[in-house]
Amino acid sequence: MARKRRVLMAKPGLDGHDRGARIVSMGLRDAGYEVIYTGRRVTPAQIVSAAIQEDVDLIGLSILSGAHMTLFGKTLDLLSEQGAGDIPVFGGGIIPPDDAIKLKKMGVKEIFGPGTSLPAIVAALEQHLPPANGG
Amino acid sequence: MSEQQIAKQLSLWEQGPMERELQARGERKESFATPSGIEVKRLYTPLDLEQAGQDYNRDLGYPGQFPFTRGKDPLGYRANHWLFMQYAGFGDAAEANKRYRYLLAHGGTGISIALDLPTQLGLDSDDPLADGEVGRIGVALDSLQDLETVFDGIPLDQPRQISLVANAMSSVGLAMFVALAKKQGVDPAKITLRIQNDILKEFISRGTYIYPPGPSLRLSCDLIEYCARNHPNWLPLTLCGYHLREAGSDAVQEVAISLADGLAYLDEVAERGVDLEKVLPQLSAFMSVNMNFMEEIAKFRVMRRLWARLAKERYGVKDPDKLGLALVNFTAGSSLTAQQPMNNVVRVAIECLAGVLGGCQSLFPCSYDEAFCTPTEESVKLALRTQQIIAHESGLADTIDPLGGSYFLESLTEQIEAKVRELLDETEKQGGAVKCIENQWFRRQIDESAYEWQKKVDAGEQVVVGVNAFTEDVEPAIEIFRPPVEAQQRQINKLKTLRASRDPDLVEAALNKVAAAAREGSNTIPAMVEAVEAYATIGEICGTMAQVFGLYRESGL
Repeated sequence: MARKRRVLMAKPGLDGHDRGARIVSMGLRDAGYEVIYTGRRVTPAQIVSAAIQEDVDLIGLSILSGAHMTLFGKTLDLLSEQGAGDIPVFGGGIIPPDDAIKLKKMGVKEIFGPGTSLPAIVAALEQHLPPANGG
Repeated sequence: MSEQQIAKQLSLWEQGPMERELQARGERKESFATPSGIEVKRLYTPLDLEQAGQDYNRDLGYPGQFPFTRGKDPLGYRANHWLFMQYAGFGDAAEANKRYRYLLAHGGTGISIALDLPTQLGLDSDDPLADGEVGRIGVALDSLQDLETVFDGIPLDQPRQISLVANAMSSVGLAMFVALAKKQGVDPAKITLRIQNDILKEFISRGTYIYPPGPSLRLSCDLIEYCARNHPNWLPLTLCGYHLREAGSDAVQEVAISLADGLAYLDEVAERGVDLEKVLPQLSAFMSVNMNFMEEIAKFRVMRRLWARLAKERYGVKDPDKLGLALVNFTAGSSLTAQQPMNNVVRVAIECLAGVLGGCQSLFPCSYDEAFCTPTEESVKLALRTQQIIAHESGLADTIDPLGGSYFLESLTEQIEAKVRELLDETEKQGGAVKCIENQWFRRQIDESAYEWQKKVDAGEQVVVGVNAFTEDVEPAIEIFRPPVEAQQRQINKLKTLRASRDPDLVEAALNKVAAAAREGSNTIPAMVEAVEAYATIGEICGTMAQVFGLYRESGL
């Protein structure tokens, strides 16, 4: 039987607003993903080690406090340092358009702002995954 | 006119013109409902109030009297308008000071201090976990020195109200204000200080907790007790429905869970022998104003009425006319869209109207750019103007509870109260609010509502203009506020200078007293005032308590 795709959903930093992270987690679960949600207030180091340990196919980061440039950057750096730079990272939250462009240049695959629908998120993520083996 | 005459005429209408139109055109939808699932009928008449058993004197009564359905104040807004509040504060204390002076100069009547996340979580600005968050969503208060700067040139008794959004570290915040009042030489009795201090909702929604629920509840109650005994005119607790709503709850859950939390605090304070007759009149509720206009207005009326009823039933209050809950209404950040952001100006105006028609004592409008960033000075000003237009031009402030008696509104009020009571009964059955937090029951309820709402929006059943309907391919660019990047480094430098200039023995002795009070179970506030006066930092004070209480860590989904 094919292994379900696994995604790690994380709330880096100190921001506690996790409605978005929880809804996206529920949406991805209903779309057939296995979702591991870290809970709030985790460090980039904790995220990277959980991602490697759980052997995930995707990492989702959600920040609404404005600390995205610092925390997304740290997470990406640590991932490549630990040889896991190939795990696609996506993100969401309160992120100004200019920052979204910068984050994509830094290597974040997708930024989903407020108002993005769950089907749109699922469709966008599909493009960053290899076809599921065995179907 | 008798009920029978109304019923007869109603049925003639139903069988006549209404039925003909229904056959000819039909309706936009098969059924209509509020976001919390209350069926909305085609038409409401006096018969609906009759059926709900609404009794004017018992259920509506008069403003300023139990059960406060029609308002908390006997004169409504004819004496004073509600307080025009703006949630503000960013960067370091000097910048926050500048912005508060600007708002006061432009007719703002109250100040609400937003704290940055490290401060809210009891971390100093140079803590590694604080990196990138210092001064981001509020001002950093590492020590009393920062609060002194925030209020430089603003005597504490100048704003009609000062409110501090502090929860996990609310007791430290209170201690700082006690100390600052002393330093400024302002009589505390002339200051109106409101501290949010609702830690329970942090576990259910917003997430800024430090210690586990048990000790957290105790610290919040230390604050309530201290105020009751020393500063009875301060406002030591604000029941927060807002954050529950932003986390995705519906209006019924918002009221029920915040009321359940409120009872948990009062039960504890009552057990300590504090005179509740002193505490109850000082309480307020911080509620969301969302987009469904009539349901929101009804919700505010239920919040006031049911709180008064519950407090009277549960604590046997002698003078129920003192149970009027002040409502602090904040328009819903989650109703703002990043798409076509100027549309948010209209949303905020509609929500402000609902807040006022619900009889709030304070109103915070969001700014239209909040789906992107902390608001700019311009957008904050527009939000303030929105309130001023409602207050001075709409005429809605000239009579009390102008929508009272609306068949629809009164009917919704009765139905919401009944649904809230059901949820409260369920909560009691499970052992009360703290149990429902520990077993995650509250969170699951809210998750379900949030997810259902999202699915409705995704399916287009709930239209959100600019998001799933009337969309545009090119989005207009708006000005984005950037908190000054130097704020973090400046704050850290200031903190280091402070640490080097204090008397270390004094700090250590004061922190030892904090630890002792925490361990022994006595009220922690007096020790915290001493620590703050010795310029102990927030990280040192909260770190000291964490050694006694431990840190709370939540599980995943």
